Amino acid sequence: MLHGVELDRVGIEGWLANYQRKELLRILTCGSVDDGKSTLIGRLLHDSAGVFEDQLKALKKDTTRYGTTGEEIDFALLMDGLQAEREQGITIDVAYRYFSTPKRKFIVADTPGHEQYTRNMATGASTADLSIILIDARRGVLPQTRRHAFICSLLGIKHVVIAINKMDLVGYDEAVFEQIRRDCVDFLAKLPVVDLHFIPMCARRGENVVERSETMPWYKGGPLLDYLENVHIASDRNLIDFRMPVQLVLRPNLDFRGFAGTIASGVLRVGDEVVALPSGRRSTVKQISSAGSAREEAFAGMAVTLTLDTEIDVSRGDTFVRPNNAPPLDNAVEAMVVWMSEAALEPGRSYLMQQAALLAPATVTHLRYRMNIETLRSESAEQLKLNEIGRIRLECARSLAADSYAKNRHTGAFILVDRMTNATLAAGMILDRTPAERALETEQRARHGQDPVAQQSGIGPEQRARRVGQRPFAVWLTGLPHSGKSSVAYALEQALFDRGYHALVLDGELLRAGVSRDLGFSAADRAEHTRRAAELVRMFLDQGLIVIGAFVSPSEQIRDNARSIVGPARFLEVHCDSPLEVCESRDVERLFERARRGEIANVTGIDQPYETPLQPDLRLDTAATGVAPNVARLVDLLDSRGWLTLA
Amino acid sequence: MSQYNLSHLEQLEAESIHILREVVAQFQKPVMLFSIGKDSMAMLRLAEKAFAPAKLPFPLMHVDTTFKFKEMIAFRDRIAKERGHELITWINQEGVKAGVSPFSVGTQRHTHVMKTEALKQALDHYGFDAAFGGARRDEEKSRAKERVFSFRDRFHQWDPKNQRPELWSLYNGRVAKGESIRVFPLSNWTELDVWLYIHREGIPVVPLYFAKERPVVNRGGTWIMVDDDRMPLEPGEAPQMRKVRFRTLGCYPLTGAVESDASNLTEVIEEMLRSRSSERQGRVIDYDEAGSMEQKKREGYF
Repeated sequence: MLHGVELDRVGIEGWLANYQRKELLRILTCGSVDDGKSTLIGRLLHDSAGVFEDQLKALKKDTTRYGTTGEEIDFALLMDGLQAEREQGITIDVAYRYFSTPKRKFIVADTPGHEQYTRNMATGASTADLSIILIDARRGVLPQTRRHAFICSLLGIKHVVIAINKMDLVGYDEAVFEQIRRDCVDFLAKLPVVDLHFIPMCARRGENVVERSETMPWYKGGPLLDYLENVHIASDRNLIDFRMPVQLVLRPNLDFRGFAGTIASGVLRVGDEVVALPSGRRSTVKQISSAGSAREEAFAGMAVTLTLDTEIDVSRGDTFVRPNNAPPLDNAVEAMVVWMSEAALEPGRSYLMQQAALLAPATVTHLRYRMNIETLRSESAEQLKLNEIGRIRLECARSLAADSYAKNRHTGAFILVDRMTNATLAAGMILDRTPAERALETEQRARHGQDPVAQQSGIGPEQRARRVGQRPFAVWLTGLPHSGKSSVAYALEQALFDRGYHALVLDGELLRAGVSRDLGFSAADRAEHTRRAAELVRMFLDQGLIVIGAFVSPSEQIRDNARSIVGPARFLEVHCDSPLEVCESRDVERLFERARRGEIANVTGIDQPYETPLQPDLRLDTAATGVAPNVARLVDLLDSRGWLTLA
Repeated sequence: MSQYNLSHLEQLEAESIHILREVVAQFQKPVMLFSIGKDSMAMLRLAEKAFAPAKLPFPLMHVDTTFKFKEMIAFRDRIAKERGHELITWINQEGVKAGVSPFSVGTQRHTHVMKTEALKQALDHYGFDAAFGGARRDEEKSRAKERVFSFRDRFHQWDPKNQRPELWSLYNGRVAKGESIRVFPLSNWTELDVWLYIHREGIPVVPLYFAKERPVVNRGGTWIMVDDDRMPLEPGEAPQMRKVRFRTLGCYPLTGAVESDASNLTEVIEEMLRSRSSERQGRVIDYDEAGSMEQKKREGYF
């Protein structure tokens, strides 16, 4: 219909010239059958002539058989593709519809509103530029409206149209429209949706769908199609950060070696220097060809083939970037995932990760939380079930040249595939990490010598130790509260100081007043407290210092963890062994007594167990033996190990 | 439009090239089903672009039902020769021996034996693990939910309830031995897009798409072309010359012509822009029963 009018105006040659400039808009529609979503899409297709007469004829036949609208044509039946769905009257899967106007071509991803909606909406949303969220004017903003808006924002859709439908059933009342609009703005303010638009309509009668309706003179905006034809989407693309994942290496003969792939973002010109990740090798672009013809310049969205000035080793899964604009090269990422399989996600399991052209084994090391999409709050979870959304940490067997999804929809996205069944299990979106999170990861990897990329100091721990002039080590004193750890610690510190060493005491009690003041005494908090203590010990050791730690550290696991953080080769575990009765007798704060009476909880030795170290480097009897002889034993041991280098 | 925008046709082209390359990167032995029609020709051009300057990294295969229009067969052989592509032609010899024809066993049975069964035979015979087809989602309702990478079990069956979710441009092509993937690079193209691309690229198509005086008989409101003497005429039925063309091409007894004056490409495009009926209207087999395409696809049809 619309094309016919345009043809009469400009003729076929003019029409063909115009289509060269026609844009593509990908739309997602969200809402349930009851909101009139299928009717809306049916209307768009019909009124813009995307429905043909023979299809309409089949539709009339179907309406009598399956329809729910009586005499009127049930446009919803156009949308429900599969036989089973037609019979059950529900849309199970994502269906794609197409229509065009003289201005734009549209691809509509239609997703079901209820069952499986998370999985299907995420699928439809992954490629959409814009989403239409339907609201039934009689019912206003519902929990499902929030869910739809959340999934749209999670999948990075920047333009949202709120279609307030069935206005005829509320008497075309402006107040109803206004109230719903205000309600939407209230909760959408929390989500990163860039562009929000409201249209009152009656899809069944085609009011404000393709044509402006006279029934709502208070509405000054245009109909839906008008908006879809004109919304500005060109600036949604990232033209700054050049990224091109290599899909395929073309080698038709010995003289030609082309790297084929689709430019994910940015612009590239002949003569530009490029860096291949993860190898970091550099070369210069010699030729660019796109769709078979040579070009001087190529940009985001184009499928191209590059040749380079020099031969460098690049294969599928590598990514070309520009010097000084590279994504962080990491093999661990934090990500939001939408779980799409009956078999739940469980932390510790290994999957295949497909990101751009990369396919590599990856392990979910942590499930940080599950997102409750009814309340939009995070909650702790052991697993993620079908249609649940959560945040994970994923460790990949290969380095990933990945941006965050917010920065780059193409390189920041991934799927997880089951290694046995090959099923697609999850859709993932890589998150930007806070500087603190990134620093922590970097520290951990630097300690294990795994990080080839992180900035590192040019001065190593050995050089610092030489400057200080001593061999750094840690004496880790463990034992019940009041077992005498601190007394031994400070006496040892004094003894070492007197001999010319730089040593310091880290006392658990004191750390709890500062570094760990946010922590309590639960098992998890104790583990975290000891972990922090061990990290501090390690940092001091790396400066060349000797550290004497006095920490209850009640379990083997906690002590093992501390040993591995500090490094076993410079860690001396010393058990300050004293029976509970003796410790109690020294307890001026009456800690144990109060715990026995139940006034306080989580006291080691009373309601929290203390696991006696099975194989400490040294066991000191801190009940019967005095501090001085114990310190002398300790010094002897250190001497015998050759750790006291000043002699 | 700024200088860094792609038109809708350029975006579709880039997407299709991405899909074609992804298949060649992920699979051992792909093949391109070549049905000689306009969609196949557009898909072929996209493949040539995707791998240029290299030759196509897979053969073309035509499943010949022996009832294709003569002009189609001549066109097929000319294109393969001119473009230097490897072409495999597969005919279900058992069907030929059993004398299966649309006239002897009916259209549905003929399609099943000579097309669906033949295709499965050919895929098994050569051990192809991925097969490109030119089908589009706008063709028919059950196609609207088809994935770009459409998984088939070792019996070549499609299970609409058990499709892999397909997000972004990440295509999961992992299959176990014996399983395969049907791939549809033109999924997001419409009939109009294909014609516009043919126009833009100057792609040759079988002349049957353009209106010409042809010998036809009217059966059930559809013009059927009398392409050779295998077609039995009803008593009192005589072929008449009509100016007709085809919007879609299949087996001649199963493909209806439309009366038209559109004798060149721009006229065809203009006719379509003003048209009020879909291209599959001419396909006799689709209208046999509701959900018939879905049923055929479950059995292994493209």
